[in-house]
Amino acid sequence: MSQHYPVLLVTVPLLSAFIISGLSWVKKSLCFPVALLALGTSVFCAISLLFRVLDLGIVEYHMGGWMPPWGIAYRVDLLNALVLVVVSSVAFLNLFATHKSVQRDFPEKMGIFYVLYVLFVTGLMGITVTGDVFNLYVLLEIASLTAYALIALGQPDSAPLASLNYVFIGTIGACFYLLGIGYLYIMTGSLNMADIASLLPPIYHSKAVLVAFIFCMVGVCIKMAFFPLHVWLPNAYTFAPNPASSVIAPLMTKVMVYVMIRLVFSVFLPDFSFHVLHIDHAIVWLSCLAIVMGSLLALNQKNIKRMLTYIIVSEIGYMVGGFWLGNRLGMSGAILHILNDAIMTLCLFLAVGNIAYKIRGLDFVHLKGLFRKMPITMAAFVAAGLSVIGVPPTCGFFSKWYLISGAIQAGQYGFMVALLFSSLVNVVLFFRIIEIAYFEPMETHHRVVAMRDVMEEAPLTMLVPLLIVAVSLVAVGIYSGNIVTHIILPVLPKGIG
Amino acid sequence: MEIIHSIRPLLAVLVSLCAVPLIASSRKANIREGWTFAAAILKFVIIVSMLPAVLRGSQFTFTLWEFLPGASIGFKVDSLGMLFALVASSLWIITSAYSVGYMRGLKEHSQSRYFCFFALALSATIGVAFSANLLTLYLFYEMLSLATYPLVTHHQDQEARQSGRKYLTYILGTSIGLVLPAMLIVYHLTGSLEFTTHGLLAGEVSKGLVTLLLLMFLFGFAKAAIMPFHAWLPAAMVAPTPVSALLHAVAVVKVGVFSIVRVLTGIFGVEILSSFHLDTVVCYIASFTILVGSLIALSQDELKRRLAFSTISQLSYIVLGVALLSPKGMEGGIAHIAMHAFGKITLFFCAGAIFVGTGKKYISEMVGIGRKMPITMTAFFIGALSVIGLPPTGGFFSKWYLVLGTLQANQWPMLVVLLLSSLLNAAYFLPVVYKAFFCTEQEAMFDNIVQEGPIWCVAPLVLTAVISVFLFFYPDIFFRLAAMAIGM
Amino acid sequence: MEALIHHIVGKYNYWLYIILMMIGLYAMIAKNNLIKKLVGMNIFQTAIILFYVSIGCKKGATIPILEEHGAHMGAHTIKVADYINPLPHVLMLTAIVVSVSTFGVALALAVKIYQKYKTLEEDEILMRLREK
Repeated sequence: MSQHYPVLLVTVPLLSAFIISGLSWVKKSLCFPVALLALGTSVFCAISLLFRVLDLGIVEYHMGGWMPPWGIAYRVDLLNALVLVVVSSVAFLNLFATHKSVQRDFPEKMGIFYVLYVLFVTGLMGITVTGDVFNLYVLLEIASLTAYALIALGQPDSAPLASLNYVFIGTIGACFYLLGIGYLYIMTGSLNMADIASLLPPIYHSKAVLVAFIFCMVGVCIKMAFFPLHVWLPNAYTFAPNPASSVIAPLMTKVMVYVMIRLVFSVFLPDFSFHVLHIDHAIVWLSCLAIVMGSLLALNQKNIKRMLTYIIVSEIGYMVGGFWLGNRLGMSGAILHILNDAIMTLCLFLAVGNIAYKIRGLDFVHLKGLFRKMPITMAAFVAAGLSVIGVPPTCGFFSKWYLISGAIQAGQYGFMVALLFSSLVNVVLFFRIIEIAYFEPMETHHRVVAMRDVMEEAPLTMLVPLLIVAVSLVAVGIYSGNIVTHIILPVLPKGIG
Repeated sequence: MEIIHSIRPLLAVLVSLCAVPLIASSRKANIREGWTFAAAILKFVIIVSMLPAVLRGSQFTFTLWEFLPGASIGFKVDSLGMLFALVASSLWIITSAYSVGYMRGLKEHSQSRYFCFFALALSATIGVAFSANLLTLYLFYEMLSLATYPLVTHHQDQEARQSGRKYLTYILGTSIGLVLPAMLIVYHLTGSLEFTTHGLLAGEVSKGLVTLLLLMFLFGFAKAAIMPFHAWLPAAMVAPTPVSALLHAVAVVKVGVFSIVRVLTGIFGVEILSSFHLDTVVCYIASFTILVGSLIALSQDELKRRLAFSTISQLSYIVLGVALLSPKGMEGGIAHIAMHAFGKITLFFCAGAIFVGTGKKYISEMVGIGRKMPITMTAFFIGALSVIGLPPTGGFFSKWYLVLGTLQANQWPMLVVLLLSSLLNAAYFLPVVYKAFFCTEQEAMFDNIVQEGPIWCVAPLVLTAVISVFLFFYPDIFFRLAAMAIGM
Repeated sequence: MEALIHHIVGKYNYWLYIILMMIGLYAMIAKNNLIKKLVGMNIFQTAIILFYVSIGCKKGATIPILEEHGAHMGAHTIKVADYINPLPHVLMLTAIVVSVSTFGVALALAVKIYQKYKTLEEDEILMRLREK
């Protein structure tokens, strides 16, 4: 059974999507348990797979028994195993946490929501686990289409338009990726990643391979919202309903960063990307721009959710820049940051979801006195904020450590300055909210009111997952050294400094 | 030198951390205060239990967890850390008593939150005192910044909000913008962050890089209030007086200055500082702050602000002492951490007692107050003597050693700075005392009826004043620890 | 000169797909009406499908359907150069499905927008949004 884990991760949610869609006609209340079961199975498979890969090395699964390069192969090494665990656990926790919110906000569309949710996770996990470039495109589109639909479930006046804009830009991105792999197919005749990697070295200097690289990268950059191709993200994530945005925001862009890393490591080998093309310096400068602009644009916002989306843009800059520094420290930082950013973003969006559930408004003016009303949610929010700022011992500090060390080693001091600038701006961003939530209106000042009278915390099913995520911020931080040594460093190809 | 592996340093840090949930959940105020006192006394006991071994020359170490080789969360109790920890933990007990009197006297709100974050702040302070390496120091330094924010902004009004912003901007801005990259550069250069006896960077040849790192650390630890990053300290005076007293006269600012001393001795080391002539650079930076701080203090009418600028000035004495690199100077500087603490806290306690008793904040309104609150003002006088550096207070010895240190190091300009500053100190303290006691009937703003502040406020300030005098007769404990810290 | 003509005429499939792609992209960006943008998106995707299909083509080759003459199955070798490459066609079946689903989703969104705003012109919609 255990050798089927790679495919079970993807097929169980896929099949359960159909079951849920059937159930939504018959008995709506069963949709949630089935979805929970499906994603729970995926989490179990992902974690077992991680341990299997730690023991055995790379795990391969050939679909339908067809050998690569003729068949589609799923290939799991430590990098995908890590991302799979992240994707499945985030999706599972979020599903559990947002159930009450879904029940209250769109009860008649609950079945549809869960179908789309489960399909979205299927798509993401497929992207992560596959070893075939075209299969990646297909699953990318599955994830994207379900994301478009999930986003459109928000407020009727703004969500459909935001989603439509995302459709346009996202399709361009995916099509560029398709174009890129088309050129790769012309040059190598293969669609299997490992096969292409073995066939490319003699033709590194051909223009077609260069074009393939550019199209693939630009496509992935559009999908991961790398500045200046990020314009779809703020609207799409802000107007999405909260249960949807807290699964899309932590995962979609991070999985796209994984795709970029996978393309560089396993398709266009690092030899080509770093030594034949000399674009790494330029990309690091672009990332500095992404980080700075993301931070500055976030400063301008008056709505907490929108502010968080611009922080995502900045964080993507961290990962892309860290990766293209080209040394072990920078790449470790980038990969570690995939894990850390997913956790931090999930914590932030879950907290915002809790706030929206109780307060029904997310502009700064609605957040007054929130520390008294929702102390636990705000405590988790503060913890996630500290992680984004980079205060030890939260996980954000450790990825910053690797990224800045990588920048120092590579001599890219501009990147280091951009990272520090972004940390300082994050201090302002988060403490601005903490101030508003903390400094209440003057009337309740000096009146001794017991906390219990004023507290209106979110329900327990929403608080427990939030607390689990907040604790894992620190736990993952403490284990960062181990994670890097055992999971990330072995993934980096030899020959990187 | 014996190395003892013991969990006691970690316990000392954790005691108050564990007390936080107990304090937060107490329903009755007396039980809550009970938990605070229990934690404070336990912490003091654990620290004192390690004192005999440290005085014999041993060190306690404990590594909690290693993140990367050379970068771990580890504790080390040596003489320098012990000196600071003794001061901080003993003063926490006294300040808790004072807090009880002050907060109840003014019927302040959110007292649970206040005591919780106080405990957290002390936990972080002891964490800094017992850090074995730069990563641990940085972690607890940041924890202290965050734990003191709710304390500084306790009153939750507009003024508190602005001050809170200033506080965070200066303190977090410098620690993230300057200390973090400097720490990573040190790790990149040497592969380690441990505080070593002869300085981690010993052997580094690049003068420019070492100078840059020095400046980054010096200004990065903005809690030491070296100009121009001092403006947060007067702004933080909006906090309730016990907060100002402990945190800004003893814990927060001393953490800043302690970090600088640790970095100067453990990361840079005496050899590299003197060979690159960086000691002179630090001396001049410190003396600028000493003089300008005292000058500004002269112009302040609000008592707490005057005391704040006095603190800014006094902190740079410590930095100057260590930068002199002469044995007497360094001893004097390190011992001044303790002497100044007891003196300054007395002064702040008096300021608070005056506010609780009469509601007055401005010096110009305190004419003749000595008649109404003679005990308080006598304690104020003793505290002032300690800060100025006159006998019979402990402050005299630390200042004396500093003066000798400048002679030993042949830094004549520094001698002038010290003497000038002492004069300025006298100029801004003594008139306050004089006006309080000796004034004509028309000028007196208070009636002659003696009415001190609440007993919980007056007892602590008397105690700290007595300790200041006690330290004149028995200064050995701190001077021995200081001498051991510089390896003599 | 001859090289230039060879360059343009010989690779006409690439030129064709590029021109189509640019038309689609232009429509997506410059047109105001949402349906026109959608059509542009479809043209864009179709251009890429055209690209893929065209690269499978070989000179003088026929469609890739093998004729089986009863008992002689597999007895004779197949000359690959006689049949055009079927793989890109297969891949493009998937891509066409993706394209159609995307189009469907986008149309559904356009319907929702029309229900709310009663117009499909983007500038009017943005104006109404700003008025809110």
